[in-house]
Amino acid sequence: MEGVAMNEFNEKNIKEWPYPVNYGKETEVGADVLVIGGGIAGCHAAINAARQGTKVVVVDKGATVRSGSGGAGVDHWHLACTNPCSKVTPEEMMEIMKDFGEYDYGEFGNGISTYLLCKESWDTLLDIESMGVKVRDVDDEFKGAPFRDEKTKLMFAYDYVNRYCIRVNGGADIKVAMYNECKRLGVEIFDRVMATSLLTEGGRQGARVIGATGVNVRTGEFYIFKSKAIVLSAGYPAGLSIFSTELKGGAAQFMDPNNSGEGTAMAWRAGAELALMERGGVPYTSGGFGYPQYGVGNAHNTWYACKIVDANGKEVPWVDRDGNILKNIEDRYRPAPGQKYFYYGRAYGTRKIWGPSLIPDLPERIMKGEYVLPLYADLPGMPAHERRAIWGLMIPHEGKCRIIYDTYQRAGFDPDKDLLQVIVMPPEKYTYSAWWAAYGARQWRERIHGGGLLFDWDLKTSLDGLYVAGCQAYCSANHASSAVTGRYAGRKAAQYSREVEESGIDRPQVNAEKARVYAPLKQGKGGIGWKELRAGLARIMQDYAGEYMNEETLQMGLTWLNSIKESEASSVYIRNPHELARTLECLTRITVGEIIMQASLARKASSKVLNFNRLDFSEVDPPEWNKLVTLRQENGRIKPGEKSVNYWLIPPNAPTYEENYNKHSGL
Amino acid sequence: LLAERRILTVDNKAYAVPNPITPGQVVVINEELCNGCNICIDVCRTDVMVPNPEKGKPPVVLYPDECWFCGCCASDCPAGALIIEYPLNQKVGWKRKETGEYFRIGMKNPPPPNTRPSV
Repeated sequence: MEGVAMNEFNEKNIKEWPYPVNYGKETEVGADVLVIGGGIAGCHAAINAARQGTKVVVVDKGATVRSGSGGAGVDHWHLACTNPCSKVTPEEMMEIMKDFGEYDYGEFGNGISTYLLCKESWDTLLDIESMGVKVRDVDDEFKGAPFRDEKTKLMFAYDYVNRYCIRVNGGADIKVAMYNECKRLGVEIFDRVMATSLLTEGGRQGARVIGATGVNVRTGEFYIFKSKAIVLSAGYPAGLSIFSTELKGGAAQFMDPNNSGEGTAMAWRAGAELALMERGGVPYTSGGFGYPQYGVGNAHNTWYACKIVDANGKEVPWVDRDGNILKNIEDRYRPAPGQKYFYYGRAYGTRKIWGPSLIPDLPERIMKGEYVLPLYADLPGMPAHERRAIWGLMIPHEGKCRIIYDTYQRAGFDPDKDLLQVIVMPPEKYTYSAWWAAYGARQWRERIHGGGLLFDWDLKTSLDGLYVAGCQAYCSANHASSAVTGRYAGRKAAQYSREVEESGIDRPQVNAEKARVYAPLKQGKGGIGWKELRAGLARIMQDYAGEYMNEETLQMGLTWLNSIKESEASSVYIRNPHELARTLECLTRITVGEIIMQASLARKASSKVLNFNRLDFSEVDPPEWNKLVTLRQENGRIKPGEKSVNYWLIPPNAPTYEENYNKHSGL
Repeated sequence: LLAERRILTVDNKAYAVPNPITPGQVVVINEELCNGCNICIDVCRTDVMVPNPEKGKPPVVLYPDECWFCGCCASDCPAGALIIEYPLNQKVGWKRKETGEYFRIGMKNPPPPNTRPSV
């Protein structure tokens, strides 16, 4: 009944759109550095460019104060190798990252962004601290805890011996603090403006980038941004292969629901070179079928290394890297005998860098009846400081988890007394400990791409004037990576902006984009709504460029996308600027889908690391395909290319990370 | 808003209206506490709420189905007037270790709230 009332209420009271509507009205804005996307990467970029005295403009589809996938918070920060307590140097860390790669990218991982993480994470945290965020245990809540350094008051996660992963106090306050810092530095912020295209010199594809266009998602107004340098820090395309808001609204998408891929699509249209767009999904997010991340019993990331018990209170043992049973809880935070340090992650690669985990044969033991479902996270069975760190510190500060804390506290959950239930799943799903998500068929799960813009040691893309930060850069995603690449790209873009002259915009290019943006308002409106269109596009991605594909399915996928563009997408009904923006996002998704299919056609081999299965090229990871597939457009024609997987260490670059960094970092 | 819903549910009239939006109750606003400052609208990334046509009144929840459950509206509400409610399919339970009692979010007669502040 409540829901019916809600609709009735809307019908009765929202007769008119609550914001002024000005489709097509133009506003022109000038800047030295334009930042597209005001998330974690974009705010760091803006702050660092503004500190150099440049005029900075940020454009964001949502609300810069909180938007972006990291806008709600962060609880731990990997690879802070230069913090005063770390026993691992950036160079040592890069040795193991060679075959692991940040974020499961394996040998395709990006060495530049990973090295920047190792090198500048600590500086970035100091930066955040200077903006008024706590970062350390300043209130001495964890005095004497084994994960705390008494002198610096820093707190660590995972490997308490080597101390390179920092537990961030105040993570939920970071975005607001950065927003205030932007304001203090005079950064001009345009919220609710969705960037739609990049402007290039003379309107030519592949020429220097000199600005961008945007449309206001509340008023429909049009913006023209002119800038000497641009930092592209939008989110990567997410929610491409599954869409339904029916079960849990926008949360069916793991990343910020605004991440529809505008950045990727506009860079593509401008002629920028992209890499690894064929990479398939990481198989542990689950569209609408999962539970809130970290919101059920589990032992993953934020909950590492929580005691897990079965329905009868029997504990599930932990083992070290080598499979030895760990008797004490404190041993879960130490490397194995003979292991110098551990990097949390699944068992992968040849260097055996992973840390302690729950017994790997848990599924078999559940099948045999050794453990009775449901399982529970036994917070009361953890030492008091660990329990408080998981529930009182990390949950409230991790992205989107503040409301998990609030909701459970309000409902009377007491971590000192209560066992939080793990969801009941088929036994084989209990291998990976992110248990809120690991349910369902692979095709039900969201595809998370590692693909993005190709870049060099300046974080410059293949186009002059265009810099990249955050997950828009290929194989670079998470809060920490976005933060360090944002800072770096902000510095480099500011530097470039001082070396070049402003360039006039090409009016025909603006006019063409304006026509594209408003076309959906002028087309026949007898068709479906944006949500149905988006769900249909997701189906095409799932079927034709999904878990398995071949030349035939990919070509068919391209045909389908083009056909939908001509028919259903050309008759979507639009009743306000919000629906216009959501429809434009669908058009963006068509473009991104086409890029993914073209990149998938170009990689003629299967790959385990890339989650990429070509039925017509079934050999997995043949050595000759250990390379990046790149794609760009030239005069509207698609130009596939290739690049070495470690191009950043081969000429014209120097042979070591340190030399390249020293030459380019701008410090 | 709530009063209006109640009228709709107790009188004998029936209405031909679209099906309920799901999830439909993501943002719950305490109208006694809300001063209509619209900060929740300003921080929401997906425009789940829009301003009430009547100034000073609680915002109108227009697009509950686009909520990402980031919780920023609840965190940033200066009046503490707004909470996020998970859809029913997102609610889980817990067991008291000592007694074996089972609880869940949304149950009738829940245990008293845990008031310990976070770090």
